[in-house]
Amino acid sequence: MSGPKLSFDQPNRYIGQPVPRADAQRLLMGRGRFVDDMQAPRMVHAAFLRSPVAHGRIVSLDVAAARRMPGVVAVITGADLVGVVEPYVGVLSHLAGLRSAPQMPMAVGRVRWQGEPVAMVLAQSRAEAEDAVAEIHLDLEDLPAATDMERALDPDAPVIHPEFGSNLAWTRTVNVGDVDAALKGQDITIVEREFRFGRHTGVTLEARATLVEYDPAEDQLTVLYSGQAPHMMQFIFAKHFGMLEENVRVISQDVGGSFGIKIHTYGDEIAAAAAARMLGRPVKFVADRFESFMTDIHARDHAVRGRMAVGRAGHIVALDFDDVTGIGPYSMYPRTSAIEANQVLNLTGAPYVVPNYRATSKVVFQNKTLMCQYRAVGHPIAMAICDGLLEEAAAAIGMDPVEIRRRNLMRDDSYPRTSASGMKLDDLSHQKALEKLVEMMDYARLRENQARLRQQGIHRGIGFVSMVEVTNPSPMFYGIGGAPIASQDGATVRLDAGGGVHVSSSVTEQGQGTNAILQQIVAGVLGVDIARVKVTTGDTRTTPYGGGTWASRGAGIGGEAALLAAQALKEQVLDVAAVILQTQADKLDVADGSVVDAGGGAARMTLSDLARTVYYRGNELPSDMKPELVATRHYRVTDMPFVFTNGAMAAEVEVDVETGFVRVVNFWAVEDCGRVINPRLVDEQVRGGVVQGIGGALYEECLYSEDGQLLTTTMADYLVPMAAEMPDIHVAHIETPTKTSILGAKGAGEAGTGGAPAAVMNAVNDALRPLGASIFQMPMTPARVLAALGRAGH
Amino acid sequence: MPETRDITLTVNGETVTATVPVRLNLVDFLRNSLGLTGSHVGCEHGVCGACTLDVDGATTRGCLMLAVQADGCTITTVEGLPAHGMAGALRAAFTERNALQCGFCTPGMLASALEYIGAGGAADRTAIREHLSGNYCRCTGYQSIVDAVCDVIEGRARA
Ligand code: FES
Ligand code: FES
Repeated sequence: MSGPKLSFDQPNRYIGQPVPRADAQRLLMGRGRFVDDMQAPRMVHAAFLRSPVAHGRIVSLDVAAARRMPGVVAVITGADLVGVVEPYVGVLSHLAGLRSAPQMPMAVGRVRWQGEPVAMVLAQSRAEAEDAVAEIHLDLEDLPAATDMERALDPDAPVIHPEFGSNLAWTRTVNVGDVDAALKGQDITIVEREFRFGRHTGVTLEARATLVEYDPAEDQLTVLYSGQAPHMMQFIFAKHFGMLEENVRVISQDVGGSFGIKIHTYGDEIAAAAAARMLGRPVKFVADRFESFMTDIHARDHAVRGRMAVGRAGHIVALDFDDVTGIGPYSMYPRTSAIEANQVLNLTGAPYVVPNYRATSKVVFQNKTLMCQYRAVGHPIAMAICDGLLEEAAAAIGMDPVEIRRRNLMRDDSYPRTSASGMKLDDLSHQKALEKLVEMMDYARLRENQARLRQQGIHRGIGFVSMVEVTNPSPMFYGIGGAPIASQDGATVRLDAGGGVHVSSSVTEQGQGTNAILQQIVAGVLGVDIARVKVTTGDTRTTPYGGGTWASRGAGIGGEAALLAAQALKEQVLDVAAVILQTQADKLDVADGSVVDAGGGAARMTLSDLARTVYYRGNELPSDMKPELVATRHYRVTDMPFVFTNGAMAAEVEVDVETGFVRVVNFWAVEDCGRVINPRLVDEQVRGGVVQGIGGALYEECLYSEDGQLLTTTMADYLVPMAAEMPDIHVAHIETPTKTSILGAKGAGEAGTGGAPAAVMNAVNDALRPLGASIFQMPMTPARVLAALGRAGH
Repeated sequence: MPETRDITLTVNGETVTATVPVRLNLVDFLRNSLGLTGSHVGCEHGVCGACTLDVDGATTRGCLMLAVQADGCTITTVEGLPAHGMAGALRAAFTERNALQCGFCTPGMLASALEYIGAGGAADRTAIREHLSGNYCRCTGYQSIVDAVCDVIEGRARA
């Protein structure tokens, strides 16, 4: 890539600095703008009747009494939306063979999961809408439900979509080398384990929320949306309502956490938008916590049988596993529910040299809430399989878990190369990350301490993970398969007359600090005070077209577009300045909001003077000069399907063998996300991610009864990590910039969540090993730990 | 029509009189009737702490109290916290430590943290973590929040 010199290699005040976020004050003063904070004239509130059973046939649905309830404006059923909303199907062509049935926003004829919307009441207040929901009479004939994913393919299992003949949604096998031959080799040790990963969900503190207005005069739909991908939602509303895309405006203001939860097509949100069109008045829908647990996408839910063979010196000879995952009764639209399984196959073993690799995943339908992409898609499973087996193998041959990694990690000087599954890898630093980790945690001392405590009957364990993270996805992730999901992003940077700079970008903010890093990049590249840079994101009408923020792409892709746009604006500024100052552009630079002589020279004119000359007194410029003080640039990753990052993490845990409780005593993470734009924000992304990963490892699980009733529907039942249980987390960085961009930034948002579960699981097993016990089921609840120890729970 | 009652209370220093349905909870009243949307709703069953605010000097779950129960009370929400003093210092420390990401838990966190600091709590990380354990945050991992509280207690943060 050509272009001006790398601005951030010269002294700059922002890129690489821990600059505080400018938007923090607003949130700290209670001046956030979350969807439920907004009101609109004549707004009505939606509440839903949802299926009380996992599988059933709608015999009758009587809404007459509900319509007569106080405050009710309308009652709309699934059947009422036939012809209003075009059904959607969650398949993508690059996931060959993936199948799913057409879905409507609310059930028509049959219900296929508990919580599926059946009818919607629109009333003056949410309370009145809920009162009326209680007056809807729904008569259901129960149908047998397929809930257990491991039995969903049995010949006698109820088939959820009879037209498919079975509950198989998708299957894929990767087969590299010759696993069977390798497993028959001489002098090898084989470990085989069964892993189970429970269902989790995102539990964003702000639940899903939407406020939709429709103006029939202009056929204009305006959607306030708490989410991550405004342009994707614009396409979806337009396509399924038969509207022009430009007549749909999707706006995301403040978003109270998302983590992949708020990036899918939810029936209740589509139904609320349909109601706004039907009624010609604003409709608000805000999920309550019960609805969040029951209808936000769930994730994970894998059962894996895996084995690894290692040679006498600890080298991996073969890795082999079978995975099954249940996704609910449909594949989620439009990202599909096969991506997680696909990632598990792609990522398992990717940090290591694995000569023989065979993996199969089966994705099955079941009568439970839909499963789809949530923070660190597939990563926790992939890392736990490989690093779990690796530490078991190390124990089996009597080798230290760090040493076995040293022998198997891809060498830092061996890139570019591919993983066993064929993933292109470059600019990674597994060896450096592991050594830095070992040093940071003072490993030798920890082991001594562990031995000493063991003598006192205290069972501590230390576990590791070496990992990769998929970031900065290219069009190969979704676009290639026909999904309406942009892989490129754009930024427009504009100099205004007062000397202020405005950035508008298609990536979005959900708390990561996207807006802050865009400010840093533009201020740093352009040479202005960061306080003079204002950012707009999350509005399909006013930002360039792009994908939004997901798969850890905001900084790497959105940031690069902002950098390119700021560079282009700087060139425009210098061209104008050269004419005004009668010199050459390359003799000038911009610093502190003024055009200066290049090489740190004196200020010649302020940017405001320059802009006022252009905007107000164009007569002072030569008439053949057509100055522009606004530039737009777009960026996409071209040379790689994804830009991988790597990290190494370790957990120290203490297991109470009497109660089964696991306490995480310490956690360390070394992360290489390329160039760090703001170390404070990156550290906090890693910490927040690690805590989410610890939650998955120890506490969080969506539990169902056999007949498909969700049992964990309050925050007292579904346990999330709270402050008291969490340790301080030590974070360090290695910076290996990606060569795919000038900025060199990769993503950092998901590493913690992807890696922490494996490290915690390995640590628990390290603690249990001398007791002859082990556990490979997450979450590792006290009851399961006691069961592993051969003791019944109390 | 649902049963209603008249209430008079003081909110952020202003006297407010309103007729409210008896079933309306305090946080919905503040948010929807008064437009004080800084207090958030995360669970409506008293677990997440997003609705935490100050009623007559005690931190209270706004979702577990009815508006009619607040008749005659003095309430301070995040919008009513002063810009100076302890609240100002805590905001500065939250900014400096990046102790908020999405900011949805933040108003409740501030209320709980101010309760701890105001009661003369020590810069003891374990005690702070225990005290904040009624406030759920999905984004930060809590460490930066604990750091910010310590900064205020140890005099490192200024409004
Ligand atoms: S909303 Fe009150 S505690 Fe969650
Ligand atoms: S900052 Fe998002 S929930 Fe705390």
